[in-house]
This record gives sequence, structure tokens and C-alpha cells, in this order.
Amino acid sequence: MKLQVSHSPHVRDKATTQSIMLDVIIALLPATIAGWYYFGIRAVLVTMVSVASCVIFEYLSRRVMKRNNTISDLSAVVTGLLLAMNLPVSIPIYMVVIGAAFAIVVVKQMFGGIGNNFVNPAIAARIFLVIAFPKAMTSWVVRVGEWYSLKSVDAVSSATPLTQIKAPDAPSLWKLFIGDKAGCIGEVCILALLIGAVYLMVRHVIRPWIPMAYIGTFFLLVFFFGHSNVFNFSGDLLTSQGWADLFHESLYMLLSGGLILGAFFMATDYVTSPLTTKGKLLFGMGCGILTFLIRYYGNMAEGVSFSIILMNILTPHIDDWTMGKPFGEVKENAKV
Amino acid sequence: MSENKMKDVTYRSPDERLAEKKSKYTPKYIFLNGVLFENPALRLVLGTCPLLAVTISAKSSLFMGLAVLFVLTASEAIISLLRNVIPNKVRIPAFITIIATFVTIVQMTISAYLPALNESLGIYIPLIVVNCILLARAETFASKQKVLPSILDGFSMGVGFTLALLLMGTIREILGCGTFFDMQLPLFGTVFEPMMFFMLPPGGFFVFGICICLVQIIMKKQEKHTSSKEPSPCGTSSSSDCLSCAGCSLCKGKEE
Repeated sequence: MKLQVSHSPHVRDKATTQSIMLDVIIALLPATIAGWYYFGIRAVLVTMVSVASCVIFEYLSRRVMKRNNTISDLSAVVTGLLLAMNLPVSIPIYMVVIGAAFAIVVVKQMFGGIGNNFVNPAIAARIFLVIAFPKAMTSWVVRVGEWYSLKSVDAVSSATPLTQIKAPDAPSLWKLFIGDKAGCIGEVCILALLIGAVYLMVRHVIRPWIPMAYIGTFFLLVFFFGHSNVFNFSGDLLTSQGWADLFHESLYMLLSGGLILGAFFMATDYVTSPLTTKGKLLFGMGCGILTFLIRYYGNMAEGVSFSIILMNILTPHIDDWTMGKPFGEVKENAKV
Repeated sequence: MSENKMKDVTYRSPDERLAEKKSKYTPKYIFLNGVLFENPALRLVLGTCPLLAVTISAKSSLFMGLAVLFVLTASEAIISLLRNVIPNKVRIPAFITIIATFVTIVQMTISAYLPALNESLGIYIPLIVVNCILLARAETFASKQKVLPSILDGFSMGVGFTLALLLMGTIREILGCGTFFDMQLPLFGTVFEPMMFFMLPPGGFFVFGICICLVQIIMKKQEKHTSSKEPSPCGTSSSSDCLSCAGCSLCKGKEE
């Protein structure tokens, strides 16, 4: 037998940045296509502009900063796709370009490019746009008329389901699940998002800890502390309607807004989420708590992006806190 | 400003610097020091509070800058005149009193002749009293130098601060409001919607960071010309010397 001596790393994997990013793109496609179906051809335009301008800004900023070109790792495509999925379909096109510039140039490349961004670029760009153009970013539309209509004015403006829960015309849970509702392009079809999420987990691109902790924490908080929570519940638990009522608000809140998109595709970004399992659970719980607080006590309807960006900033500290000790390490101040 | 000119007045080799120690504070050096090398806002990062608060429009930035310019020049002149009279132990209260006198003059003048401006600048005019730029210059320059250099230093620091404010105010007003000195600009408001972001505190910090970054790029390009640069003992990689560095006590006996 021949013994080989080699230095680490001994375990190698075929995965490259490019292949992982390709997996993420594939996983995002069902939800994107569902968004195109629900919002018409203008959604395709917004997506294309977002992806194209992200790639172009990535190329230009690498060029200006005299660094090697990284557009082939597809990370800019993922950022562009995620950004488009986080935008309402009626947004003016130049705002999409501004958002892409902010994501790539300011958040990603100014901090050193892929792997060095301190928050998720797509979320940061979304928040920038929400603060910069509050009106354009919160005008939701439901498509009426033909799917190939390019004008957003053909649409009827509508409230996001998040603010509608008490209204009589609030969509049913099934409609929320399949995506027939107002919202951002990529966040509407929960079914398609879940298909993509399962694909990512099967391919071992993401681990389920962050989404599990995030969604679970949020669900429990709404269940126990929501407006019609378990404590002031007055329905009859002996009937199936009573059970449905008991879980209605927590499921409604889970399925509306960008929670599923955020939990599976944006909170799990490698660069800006903790490395350890304990840290991932903490990160997800923090996101869940913050989302609940912003949605119920803040002055904004949606809190997913803000909660993820806040936890992104805490990530280095969570990592420090939960990092395991190497075997046999002695404490610095230990008595000998 | 050509690069050669700037190269002329700063960044000498250590030996040259030592030899020129006595004649270092040439008028040209003091002026460029205040405007660029030690720009109080963008290089020393002093006076950040009014900087972020008043730069929502170019007009209020300009007037704030001019107010600071006046107070800085006048108080440095007086402090320099009294530098041998003021006892060392009570110098800070004495400086503050002198600065407060001029701030009161400025505030009364503004509220008498420009009431609208007074309202928009609000608390930030009285707050000039405790602006760290003024104290820093009084402590590090005016209390040690002769009157004329002190006046020039106050003036150039004021110009540097005004330019920084004006730069930030212009960027924030154009992007956030679509106006420049209250004039409506074409395209903005019709084709492009002004970005609220730049009117809000996060936008202020953002523009501040970008401006610091730009000045840093200019200084980096300058530094390339000087291969051997002596690191200063206090650990700051400031391109100029200890004139108003915060860790001043660290350098005592090493620089002088």
C-alpha cells in the first residue's frame, strides 16, 4: 500500500462559487416564472433590467477598481434576480437600475467584492429603494387585462395582503399560497418558492436551520402574541372551523409578504449568515423576533428585509459567540 | 490644483522636514493644510454633528460654513493675541468664553437680518460654541502661534469646512430634492423622482462616507509620490504632522 503525505485540505469538493450560484438561480426560477405569470410581461422587463444592470455594474466596478473580473461566478446574476424579486412590478425602470448600482457598487464592490459584503446586497438595495422612493416601492398592483400588457397603469392598485388581514376582501390562505395576490414579483408564489427551497436543500446548497428557526419563531410569536392570538381566542375547538380560525392569523402572516423568500433565499446567504449551527439557529430566531416586532409594532407593513439586514450586521458577533473550541484548547486565564 | 504644487508644500523626507521645522508654517502650507490636508470635516472628521444636520440643502450648508468661518477666524485671532496672558490651567474655559462671544454676535446678527435662515439652522448656530473644530484649532494652533498665522489658519480651516459642507449639501440637495440653492433643476421631479433617502440621516452618513472616500483617494494618489514616509508615533497615518492629531500626548518629545 502506498501512503501519501499531503498538506490540508484533504477533503475536496467539486462545488465552486459558480456551481452554487447556478443552483441558487435554478432554485429561484420557479418563483420568478410564477411572478411573471401573475404580473405580466412588465415583470419580465424588470427582472431582465435588474439582472443585466447588476452584471454590468459588477463588470464596470471591477474594471475601475483594477481587480480581476468576477462576473463569471454568477453572483451578480443572483443579486440581480433577488433584487427584482423584491421589487413591485410597477416600479419605474430607472429605479431598478439605481437599486442595482447600490447593491453592486456600494454594498458589494466597495467592501471588496464577493465574500466581503457586510450585508446582503439585494436586501440592502431593496431597503435603499424603500427609503429613497417610499411611494413607488409600496404601490402594489394586481394585474388586470392581458399578460402581455407592458404598461403598469393597466393594473389596479391594491394593498399588500399584510395590511389587509382584517379587510373583508382579504385573500384566502390558498390564494396566498399559490400567489394570486398583490406583492413583489418574486415573493407572491409560496408554492414555487418552496419548490426552489427544497431543491437547494436536496443539493446541500443551504441547510434548513436558518429558515426553520426564522419561520418557526415568527409563527409561534404570531400564534401567541398576534392580534387574535391563542389567549383571546373565542372559537370552538370541537369544530374544524374553530381549528382553522385558531391558526388563521399565524398562517396568513406566514404566507403574505416576503417572509418565505427572505427566510430561504436571503437569510441563508453564506457571506452574511453565521457559520455554526447554533449561530444559524440564533440568527434565524433573531430574524423571526425582529420581523414580528416590525410587522406588529413598527410603522411599516413589511419587516423581513430590515430584520435580515440587522441580523446580517450582528453575524460576526454571533459567530464569535458560538464558535466551538478546538479540542484540547486551554483557557487563557486557566490556573495551571 | 496641480499635483506639483501640493507636492511642493508637503511630504518632505524626514531630514528635509527636520531642517525646515522652523519655517514649516508658510502661509501656503497653512492654507492648503486647512483646506485639504487637514480638512476639518473630511480629514479630521470633526464637527460631524452640524455637518450631518445642516447639509440637507446647499444654502443652509453655505451659511453654516460661513458662520463657522467667521467665528473660527475671529476667535483664533483673539486667542492668539491673549496666548501669553491666559493661564494654562484655565485655558479651556477662556477659549470657550472667547468663542461664545463671537457665536453670540453671529447668532444675533443672523436672527436680526435673516430670521428664516435662523429658523432653519436652529440650534446648530449656538452649538458652534462647543464645535470641536474651534477647540481643536484654539488648543493646537492659536494658543501656540503668532497672530497672523493664526488668523490665516482660522480662515483656511473655515474655508475647508465650508467647502466640505457645500459639497455635501449640494449632493444631498440635488439628489434628495432635485433643487440647487432652491432652484428647480431640469429632469428632476419630472423624469426622475427625487430620492428621499438623501434627505434623511442615513443619506447624510452615506454622502459623508463617499466624500471622505473621495478625499482619501486624492490623498492616496499624493502619497504614492513619497516613497519613504516616516510613520508618526501616535499610529495615525495622517499625511501631515501632529498639528491637530488627537493622540498628541503620545508624540511629545518625539516630534518637537
